[in-house]
Amino acid sequence: MYTEKVMDHFEHPRNVGEIENPSGMGTVGNAKCGDIMRIYLDIDENQIIRDVKFKTFGCGAAVATSSMATTMVKGKSVQEAMEVTNKAVMEALDGLPPVKVHCSLLAEEAIHAALWDYAQKNGIEIKGLQKPKTDISEGEEEEEY
Amino acid sequence: MKQLIYLDNAATTKTRPEVVQAMLPYFTEYYGNPSSVYDFSAPCKKAIADARETIAKSIGAKTNEIYFTVGGTESDNWAIKATADAYKDKGKHIITSKIEHHAVLHTCEYLEKQGYEVTYLDVDEFGVVKLDELKKAIRPDTILISIMFANNEIGTIEPIREIGEIAKEHGILFHTDAVQAYAHVPINVDELHIDMLSASGHKLNGPKGVGFLYIRSGVKIRSFMHGGAQERKRRGGTENVPGIVGLGKAVELAMADMDERAAKETELRDYLIGRVLAEVPYARLNGHPANRLSNNANFAFQFIEGESMLIMLDSDGICGSSGSACTSGSLDPSHVLLAIGLPHEIAHGSLRLTLSEENTKEQIDFVVERIKAIVQRLRNMSPLYEDFMRKSGKR
Repeated sequence: MYTEKVMDHFEHPRNVGEIENPSGMGTVGNAKCGDIMRIYLDIDENQIIRDVKFKTFGCGAAVATSSMATTMVKGKSVQEAMEVTNKAVMEALDGLPPVKVHCSLLAEEAIHAALWDYAQKNGIEIKGLQKPKTDISEGEEEEEY
Repeated sequence: MKQLIYLDNAATTKTRPEVVQAMLPYFTEYYGNPSSVYDFSAPCKKAIADARETIAKSIGAKTNEIYFTVGGTESDNWAIKATADAYKDKGKHIITSKIEHHAVLHTCEYLEKQGYEVTYLDVDEFGVVKLDELKKAIRPDTILISIMFANNEIGTIEPIREIGEIAKEHGILFHTDAVQAYAHVPINVDELHIDMLSASGHKLNGPKGVGFLYIRSGVKIRSFMHGGAQERKRRGGTENVPGIVGLGKAVELAMADMDERAAKETELRDYLIGRVLAEVPYARLNGHPANRLSNNANFAFQFIEGESMLIMLDSDGICGSSGSACTSGSLDPSHVLLAIGLPHEIAHGSLRLTLSEENTKEQIDFVVERIKAIVQRLRNMSPLYEDFMRKSGKR
């Protein structure tokens, strides 16, 4: 059902983890739909992404797109990172099944949300970046069972 | 070939070798059309009659009450649509439950578009249909109650006798989708007041593509497949003779060792459930703790998603299933898990393992170890788990 690249990134995800005191962090998605992605960015004074980590709750495609997206922004400038689109992530994975395309959207949104957080904290403007609609970093209520 | 630990017997089962052997002559030796007049077709006719008798006996029915179909979905469609049509002068109200198989639910939704009214009964936290709600839902124009015998996801066995009694008391037809239960638990249609019952061959170590619908004599029901005179003119189409023979053989074998099989499966199932609940934190059992199918274990693991678990289990040769959205083909997790009151994100983390008598304790031990490792690995990359640990001050 998945391409070899998707399986590789699912079984050996790159950049899983957290960053203490990140330059920017974004969490997108919805537990109801079964996909949540969190991206941590460590950005240096030249606005280069020094390190990136992710955590994902979701299916194989969600994990693989998170992993691939982190490899595509690492070492890039924030402006270059803005240009990593869901389409590019999907192509880098040799495609996703049609029902999983929304997972690649989430990866793009998660990076944008983390960049937004960074931009807000530092009072800078990143060209083309808008306030993410789906950022759920704050105010998410937990359901107990 | 890598090892295979098959724990998805609610999806389908292995066809027993004896069943395959019984079927084979009906492909190449006795291939005549049962409707033909010549002697060559006589063994085919007899084989169908024998299978029908075995099946009728297995549920305490008469032979002329058994109609062969292609399986559970056709049987459900037939029972519900044809009853709706035949009894529409009496009324257009049908009662079912929220946890039925889609073969029933989608058929009912279709009928709603045709002007019928359907009440979908709630279930309790274990997935048991609420009988007081059933009684309250009954109206003068109610023509059919359709409640599954046992649930395919969580394994809960429904109070069929009580439902049958309520239906009988009110003069309403009672259909049960027994696809998961038939030949796994004892069923007598008279004692349980069942008017129609759906069953499928491949859930009981028989072949795929064959099943039956039991229809009590006297029930007014229309033909579903219009065609030739097969199945007393109620289900046209040349009979699937090898399939019917295989179904008959599978039923014969399944009925003969039902108790022994159930006892073995129950022991293994309880061992699996016991170990998982004791050794995996933040896990729960879905479905009724005791009154459930002997081979069904259904868990929910908090903070992780089902499809990821399935892919990782698959790489160890373990076959299971999940009610997560990604496996249901929609954005919502299983309707059954939502109906028993699980929040969405917990329903996404469900894992169903359905055993067979072929499974061993060693296999279960291996599976439990893999589940422990996989759950931990997925939690380590889950933002939900990170937040939970942070909030509960565990880091």
